[in-house]
Amino acid sequence: MNINTIIKKLHPLEIKTLSHLKKEILFSELQKNTGLKEVEITRAIQWLGNKNIITIDEEIKELIELDKNGVKYKKEGLPEKRFLKATRSKNKISEIKKEAKLEDEEINICIGSLKKKAAIAITKEQELIITLTEQGKKLLEKEFLEEQFLKKDFPIELDSLKPEEIFAFENLIKRKEIIKKNVKKIRTIKLTILGEEVKKKGVSTKEVIERLTPKILKDKSWKNKEFRAYDVSINVPKITRGKRHFVNQAIDYARRIWLDMGFEEMTGNLLQTSFWNFDALFTAQDHPVRDLQDTFFIKKPATGKLPKKEFIDKIKNTHENGWTTNSKGWQYEWDEETSKKNVLRTHTTCLSAQTLAKLSKKDIPKKFFALGKCFRNETLDWSHLFEFNQTEGIVIDKNANFRHLLGYLKAFFKKMGYEKARFRPAYFPYTEFSVEIDVLHPIHKTWFELGGAGIFRPEVVKPLLGIDIPVLAWGPGFDRIILEFFKINDIRELYKNDLKQLREIKDWIK
Amino acid sequence: MPTVNLNLKVLEKLIGKKLSLELLKDRISMLGTDLDKIEGNEVVVEVFPNRPDMLSEQGFARALSSFIGVKTGLKKYCVKKPLKDYQVIINDSVKKVRPYTACAIVKNLTFNDEKIREIIQIQEKLHVSLGRNRKKLAIGIYPLEQIKTPITYTAKKPNEIRFQPLESPREMTGLQILSQHPAGRDYGHLLEGKAVFPIFIDSKNEILSMPPIINSHKTGKINENTKEVFIECSGFDFKSLNQCLNIIVTALADMGGEIYQMELLYKKKKIITPNLNPVEWKLDLNYVNRLIGLKLSEKEIKILLEKMGLGYENKKVLVPAYRTDILHQIDIAEDIAIAYGYDNFEPEIPNVSTIGKENSFEVFKRKIANILVGTGILETISYHLTSINEHNEKMCFKSEVIELENPSTSEYSVLRSWITPSLMQILSRNTNKEYPQNIFEIGTVFKPNTKEETNVEENSRLGVALCGPDVNFTTIKQILDILFSALDMTCAIEETKHPSFINGRVGRVFVGKKAVAYIGEISPEVLEQFNIEMPVSCFELNLTNLIQVINNK
Repeated sequence: MNINTIIKKLHPLEIKTLSHLKKEILFSELQKNTGLKEVEITRAIQWLGNKNIITIDEEIKELIELDKNGVKYKKEGLPEKRFLKATRSKNKISEIKKEAKLEDEEINICIGSLKKKAAIAITKEQELIITLTEQGKKLLEKEFLEEQFLKKDFPIELDSLKPEEIFAFENLIKRKEIIKKNVKKIRTIKLTILGEEVKKKGVSTKEVIERLTPKILKDKSWKNKEFRAYDVSINVPKITRGKRHFVNQAIDYARRIWLDMGFEEMTGNLLQTSFWNFDALFTAQDHPVRDLQDTFFIKKPATGKLPKKEFIDKIKNTHENGWTTNSKGWQYEWDEETSKKNVLRTHTTCLSAQTLAKLSKKDIPKKFFALGKCFRNETLDWSHLFEFNQTEGIVIDKNANFRHLLGYLKAFFKKMGYEKARFRPAYFPYTEFSVEIDVLHPIHKTWFELGGAGIFRPEVVKPLLGIDIPVLAWGPGFDRIILEFFKINDIRELYKNDLKQLREIKDWIK
Repeated sequence: MPTVNLNLKVLEKLIGKKLSLELLKDRISMLGTDLDKIEGNEVVVEVFPNRPDMLSEQGFARALSSFIGVKTGLKKYCVKKPLKDYQVIINDSVKKVRPYTACAIVKNLTFNDEKIREIIQIQEKLHVSLGRNRKKLAIGIYPLEQIKTPITYTAKKPNEIRFQPLESPREMTGLQILSQHPAGRDYGHLLEGKAVFPIFIDSKNEILSMPPIINSHKTGKINENTKEVFIECSGFDFKSLNQCLNIIVTALADMGGEIYQMELLYKKKKIITPNLNPVEWKLDLNYVNRLIGLKLSEKEIKILLEKMGLGYENKKVLVPAYRTDILHQIDIAEDIAIAYGYDNFEPEIPNVSTIGKENSFEVFKRKIANILVGTGILETISYHLTSINEHNEKMCFKSEVIELENPSTSEYSVLRSWITPSLMQILSRNTNKEYPQNIFEIGTVFKPNTKEETNVEENSRLGVALCGPDVNFTTIKQILDILFSALDMTCAIEETKHPSFINGRVGRVFVGKKAVAYIGEISPEVLEQFNIEMPVSCFELNLTNLIQVINNK
């Protein structure tokens, strides 16, 4: 940047600071000389530094400063000196105290310190009688090392002390609030060659407009004046904003994709009876997923109510012998009580079951989706959460087939940003065909697993819908995609609600 | 999911072809199993629970070999008729405790350490999967050389049962086995409290085992000298017992064994097991083609079926006796699709016209969220599960909560009944972050209600909390006002009492006559509990109620 441009863009704080700069100056001195507030001068030197007008050297130093009592003693003299002086005319302790103007606390310290120096002798009568020794008389005539030390100009750098000063320092630092040690950053500001030039060239004194105010606009005083130019590349303090949680941003995006593809939204309760969560989905009552270690059950109310008898009978028969679905069924005795057990839904597929049960045949073909929380009895760790998001979809269409299933899924994941999807055989109790969906990570070029899909078994569809037609169904997990997008490695961070993270995390932009 | 450990060398021999690792990996996953890892010679594969027949090295190789086209079609196993005395007499006393057994004998075996481990692996995997941890069924395998047939399956009082269980130095009674033997401690709950325990005895009156717990050390341990074995499966469902038996005997036959049937003498009828005759299924070729979206000819379907180890003769599908997963012809259709290769299907989006529709309540909730975002507030999402301490004790308010029957930790053991405790927890964890901290959350809360299907009512609530040095009743009321004016609604506030809020600074918000929210300043007692040294004001609005009011307008 041209030197004139630099000069033109200087902020008033910079101009003021610059006028007090010399080849080298301490920050504290500069502040004193300019009379600016610390925050103002800090900003000014930071800006000047950015423009290479100055360099700032920082040095960490240990400084000795006077404390409360130190300030007092510097003025009035050390208590022990005052004590000693008083013993020239008085020797009863109470009188000494009065003469030397000492506090009780100080008296004890004085006696201790002077006895150690063999400056006084003590006898005890009704009260303590102090007499000055020969040594004491000598001491009276010269200055204590501590006195000399206190006379110095504070703050003093610890490193600069002479040996006898170190002795005095160590004695004083032990005593109450006389001196204290502080760690300080010493900043030295030096003008660079550019800085010397800027200073030499002199800062324009022509009047410029600093802040555009309503007054200036009203009185039109801006006319024929120049504005001080800003450094527009400058960093400004950060502000915060309101925003949606990043998980909800992602969910809203997925919702829009399903809507674009002509799907209707399903919603429902998080708490469900086992009937809807398992039995209606042809999951045998002794299936391991219905164990305590996989599914959350409720203590009270432990059970809920079953739907109308027509449904119960159909489901019971389907489990036991296949009913009229042409299936053999699971061939066991289905228990009504087991299906009343309340559970936190383990998948959104229970919503699909409820939708099929409510659907009128004349509305077919139909497409539905759901996005929702599900629960799994997991111990929390970096890759497991007991609450997770699933995206559910069903297509009820008498002409639907396996290739359509793959087509819908591929289209969805493409819109989610995954160009390539692959399908592997899988197993779920309620689908046949069953499919595992993998997508290709666009950057790492590795496949990762997103979850399951399939065609609902006739044992699921016929009892609920009344007819046996293909129902395409899927319910891949959604959290993995969110983690990938936001580059989060620990799944617990999804719902940590760290406000710094929530404020700073990028938005879902696809 | 159950896994099976395979030795690559043995596997290659059984498959009859050497595959590159890449191809092996690919074929394994396209067969409908999941490759866990390959390390040196060890291959670990996850098998889906519907295919227990693939849980042995032999069974897995059989499926894979056929899938890659080496040995396709229905595999025939020779089953010999029972010899004299190859009988199992089932005493009626087992009815009350473990009613059924299915048995077989396999001869001409040669065992070494590896094969014994293999047999134990099959047995254990089947126990876990098909057997539901031995509850539904359990398997026993015995050296026939140590046993004199016929065998009796009966039940006796626990104290009358006495034998030396496997790997134990001494004899024990039935009850002692349950309390002292490691297998007894693991599976004892399956017999606990029963008046009689089931046992197998041979004709010398020697106890062979006490299912489903443990075999006898003397007569129930296979070693390298064993050439012939007696196999029994015991349990509650005769059909599953047969399937399990078929899986084991075919695996042993693939090791070189000869299968012999046994006569099971139940009280009322005689049954002969194992029965390895394939099950016949009618297959509607149109149904298959319609479902998979292809136009395959009968000939093509036959070839595909054979790739899955099934047979096709006279328009009928022959399903091998070890396949337990075929319940409906759709299961056969899936096998055809797997044989065709999921990777060979062309995905297609059909031209089906339907109209997309968002749930109106979700639309409403999103509107509310966007209004709040516009006021500069940050949205949070909390778990629905919390602890009674965070939810009730710290809020100084005893709210009725729904408890989990089986929480994994007390930290997450109850379902929240209001949102504000979640917001307080968030503020409590963020006291080192910049203020003001203004947050909101829209989420589900739970409370008992016998009118509901689950006896629990779920509501959507909005919680808003403002936290910072300048926060008070006015600042939160301003947010509530903005929200109501955006919704073109008015509300009235009446003073109320609530232990979580400062007395005299808490109100109930009404729309018409319906109470929809609480609003106020959180009391210092509560703030102290959460270690928050900043004032908090908040409101909690029942959106389920609010939408009802709006819809009834």
